[in-house]
Amino acid sequence: MTRVLRDWLPVLVVFAAGMLLWQFALAPWLGQFLLPTPAQIVKSLHTHWSVLWHAGWFTLEEALGGFAIGCGLGIVAALALARWRRLSGALMPYFIAANAVPIIAFAPIMNNWFGLLNPHSKMAIAAVLCFFPVLVNTTRGLTSVRPEAIELMRSYAASEVEIFRRVRIPTALPFIFTGLKVATVLSMIGAIVGEYFGGSIQALGVQIENSVTLFDLPLAWAAIVVASSMGIAFYALIGVVERFTMSWARNGVQQ
Amino acid sequence: MTVVELKGVSKQFRGGTLALQGIDLTVEPREFVSLIGPSGCGKSTLLRVIGDLIPPSEGTATVNGKTAERARRDRDYGIVFQQAVLYDWRTVAKNIELPLELLNWDRRRRKERVAEMLDLVELGGFEGHHPWQLSGGMQQRVAIARALSFEPALLLMDEPFGALDEMTRERLNSELLRIWAETGSTVVFVTHSIPEAVYLSTRVVVMSARPGRIAEVIDIDLPQPRESEIREDARFFELVTRVREALIRGGVEA
Repeated sequence: MTRVLRDWLPVLVVFAAGMLLWQFALAPWLGQFLLPTPAQIVKSLHTHWSVLWHAGWFTLEEALGGFAIGCGLGIVAALALARWRRLSGALMPYFIAANAVPIIAFAPIMNNWFGLLNPHSKMAIAAVLCFFPVLVNTTRGLTSVRPEAIELMRSYAASEVEIFRRVRIPTALPFIFTGLKVATVLSMIGAIVGEYFGGSIQALGVQIENSVTLFDLPLAWAAIVVASSMGIAFYALIGVVERFTMSWARNGVQQ
Repeated sequence: MTVVELKGVSKQFRGGTLALQGIDLTVEPREFVSLIGPSGCGKSTLLRVIGDLIPPSEGTATVNGKTAERARRDRDYGIVFQQAVLYDWRTVAKNIELPLELLNWDRRRRKERVAEMLDLVELGGFEGHHPWQLSGGMQQRVAIARALSFEPALLLMDEPFGALDEMTRERLNSELLRIWAETGSTVVFVTHSIPEAVYLSTRVVVMSARPGRIAEVIDIDLPQPRESEIREDARFFELVTRVREALIRGGVEA
């Protein structure tokens, strides 16, 4: 208990100091049209809680859908690339190039394809954003197995499928989770930025956009707080799944 | 029946390196044969040719009267590498069990065999540990238990104790001799330690480098079973000297 306190106390102190600085120095100096105070944001959060909460869920569902599709396809594609090296040689340069493209630029196109108000358009954006980091990380994990580990399986006359199941995939797990954690953040970005180009009035991105237009900045900031909290919670959830899945990994508690 | 028979084995790698040239070697049942030579003499490559992990460019490798490939598919040998190559996500018991799972042994039989193997390598009580919780020597014992778990007639070992400290290495050498005697297996053992080769082997095959060839074969006529004290025996020193001189004649700068 004291240890938890000792680890977290500095973090809390920095948070409190930051909030105080914002409340009493930064916000008054900039004026409330540029930056509302934390107190105003909390008040707005409280007043509009129901709307913000539903908007948050609406957007989170888009992000989750895109995450599931993008990560699922990324992992399947990585398995194929790791299995058939020829395929990898032919396609990997394109994937790496595509990864460098600011994919968010396709957001209006997706809105066009799947419909502005349809959550599927935002899922598509999130999915495309999630796909590449998961693909690249998973492929790296699947192919980073030590040669002896493969030789050992071959000495047991293990089939290619068994080598994947028993060696390549477990070896790749830490890499896959790294990709998934990056993808949680990207899926939220994809959904919200997609909404900036238009979407259902229920969506968080649209809420932020509208409240800025109406100069209700505390509400815009409150919506951002909701988006951030959901993003952090999503990231943390994947972290928990990771620790649960890889309970065998060394947790710093050695012998 | 001869366990290993190599006839005119050569291996040229794609880059053009001639790793092995004209290797003829037979290993009889219950023999303990060490391959010793300078790094780059192809001794590990030769071991992999026997295990059908690398195909020879020329010549044939026969194991238990079958092609090396057939023998690998029949799981005729177990292999141990310089690194233990244990899977971190499996416990010690589960690592030893791996080949048995691939052989579709039923759960009960697997558990029994794992318990026997843990006794054999004296790791009782560690079955629930994960590999990273063990010392290097203990990890290597797990690797040996895994290689022997399905009772292969042949044990291939590629510098299994090369990464261990001298004391651990000597202890594991004695343990390996005991296991070899208890299991009645045939061993082909790659090393670059002369005392290790002499202490363990019934025969030492001295190789020379570039291209990898057999320079000399030396019979080790030390009595069996061998105690650790034999390392202080005059005959032991004589044999160490013979191997050393053979290595030097084969073109090794000592």
